[in-house]
Amino acid sequence: MTDVKTPSKLEKILAAGHLAVTSECGPPRGSDPEVITKKAEMIKDHVDAINITDNQTSVTRMCSLASCIHLKQMGLEPVLQMVTRDRNRIALQSDILGAASFDIYNILCLSGDHQSFGDCPQGQNVHDIDSMQLIQTVRHMRDEGKFLGGDDIKRPPQMFVGAAANPFADPFEIRVPRLAKKIAAGVEFIQTQCIYNLDKFEKWMELARDRGLHEKVYILAGLTPLKSAGMAKYMKNRVPGMDVPDDVVKRMADTPKEKQSEEGIKICIESILRLKEVQGVAGFHIMAIEWEEKVPGIVEETGLYPRPTLE
Amino acid sequence: MRLQYPTNIKVVRVPCTGKVDVLYILHSFEKGADGVYLVGCLEGGCHYNSGNLKARKRVEQARKILDTIGIGGERVRMYNLSSSDGPLFAKYATEMDEKIREMGPNPIKLAKKKKAA
Amino acid sequence: MIVADKKPIEEIIEYLKGKQNILILGCNECVTVCEAGGKKEVGVLASALRMYFQNQGEDVKIDEVTLERQCDHEYLEEIRDRVDQYDAVVSLACGVGVQFMAEKYHSTHIYPGVNTCFLGATEERGLWTERCQACGQCILATTGGICPVSRCAKRLLNGPCGGSTTGKCEVKKGDEEIDCGWQLIVDRLQALDRLDEYETLCPVKDWSTDRAGGPRKVIREDLKQ
Repeated sequence: MTDVKTPSKLEKILAAGHLAVTSECGPPRGSDPEVITKKAEMIKDHVDAINITDNQTSVTRMCSLASCIHLKQMGLEPVLQMVTRDRNRIALQSDILGAASFDIYNILCLSGDHQSFGDCPQGQNVHDIDSMQLIQTVRHMRDEGKFLGGDDIKRPPQMFVGAAANPFADPFEIRVPRLAKKIAAGVEFIQTQCIYNLDKFEKWMELARDRGLHEKVYILAGLTPLKSAGMAKYMKNRVPGMDVPDDVVKRMADTPKEKQSEEGIKICIESILRLKEVQGVAGFHIMAIEWEEKVPGIVEETGLYPRPTLE
Repeated sequence: MRLQYPTNIKVVRVPCTGKVDVLYILHSFEKGADGVYLVGCLEGGCHYNSGNLKARKRVEQARKILDTIGIGGERVRMYNLSSSDGPLFAKYATEMDEKIREMGPNPIKLAKKKKAA
Repeated sequence: MIVADKKPIEEIIEYLKGKQNILILGCNECVTVCEAGGKKEVGVLASALRMYFQNQGEDVKIDEVTLERQCDHEYLEEIRDRVDQYDAVVSLACGVGVQFMAEKYHSTHIYPGVNTCFLGATEERGLWTERCQACGQCILATTGGICPVSRCAKRLLNGPCGGSTTGKCEVKKGDEEIDCGWQLIVDRLQALDRLDEYETLCPVKDWSTDRAGGPRKVIREDLKQ
């Protein structure tokens, strides 16, 4: 796993054995680039790479690719999130080349939320290929230097290929087989769903380790600090595949309202400190939703600052 | 018992209200009925298990259609009673008669009359 | 079978405004089974329309015919000698029947009386559910006999996605609730002691045999005359 295959800074940091730190920024529902650049400005010194979401929750926004280019122009390391919901294989390959032309070196392959949750519930979904097949596609383009159609690519993309994994989703029997399947498809790093149930996550990691999967892929543990008891309850009850244990909800609810956000950050910090010790955790993906300003504090408090520099 | 009930009601006997098709109901209105009601056994007491429940569904279907085409769904009703309950039978007949008188004649008849005039 | 649902009568009335001679044409096949366009539904629609027009004071003749099938030349031929007398035909067949009718009788105005929904099965009376999207390249052999193309809201060939909770898909709620197709596949593979097959990657699919490839044909030279 130590062979570096791309110019990705994220890959290099992981390959050097450092715990990586990534975060994400959601593009605006408008064309103002400053929304992205300001968010990035807040976190840039505390993370190795920044994910840009692709029309998350199926709500139409500025595209991930353009937002990644803005980051690139700031000298930062973007992770291009790409969902298979909105584009067929022509558009996906085309956007991968477009990203590669700006030397974007990381991609996260996702299927994307169903369009019925967004602002265009009457729209079609594409899913010409799925997230596993998108992983295969990027690897094929990069490693074989060929399009899906078989023709050669002039200057193939050089991308470090990632995907999501949810240790908590149903059906449970296939959580680890599904990870193995993504690895077989060619995934190189994983960013997990937000972890609140640490016991269950550790169990999942153990099962992954039993199969040696932690040596085949870098697993970045996903964390989202809770802002309030209401958010904890919402995540628990309304977000599919989200596992927020009762004691976490209770801890938030037992905290006075004005202190809840502070408590949420505390929980996040405690979680990272515990997960740092888990074998197979290669880093952290901190998704502070519209709360980017909290990321530096979390990174500092967990001993993950300063970030390593590469020569 | 010699109970009285309105004489303008034409009774159509069926072995079970489950035999009453939505078409029977619609055709009655086509032929000029002002109202149609079904009298079935008490719910849970059908000798064929669910005939009266099926009838209720068909009454609902007919009501919806009659509302849509401007005849008035209220002209169709479902009643349930025990076969030995004569007084209730008379009471429902009177109630239906009053309801239909309140609504007036089948609008198709009025439309035809208007056209003929 | 092909599952269809009745169109609202109001919509059909809109098509028929100003018409004098109307034929309501049913089909004895799939639409009869799903109670959307068989002889019974023809009778109900015809009766409702007759009453509607009478109530409007209009003289409109409405006839009822139900054919064995509307997707076969021989059965559609049965109305050849009378079809010209109608200025509108409302076909309660699926979209196939409506179109075949339109192709055969060029000068007749044909209107659809049902919405054709999907290829499905009768789970119970009054409940029909989708099973097949006719993609033209059946993969059921690899998925334990449960189709991800038709039963996953994202037609994921390597599912499930994160939207699967306790066996249900997040896309629909309440009465509309649907099973997660991939949960069904996993359960089935497990029951058949074939869960190891789950890890076999389903390759990028050739969708050219699907809708994407344009209107499709099945040609059987061994049968053609």
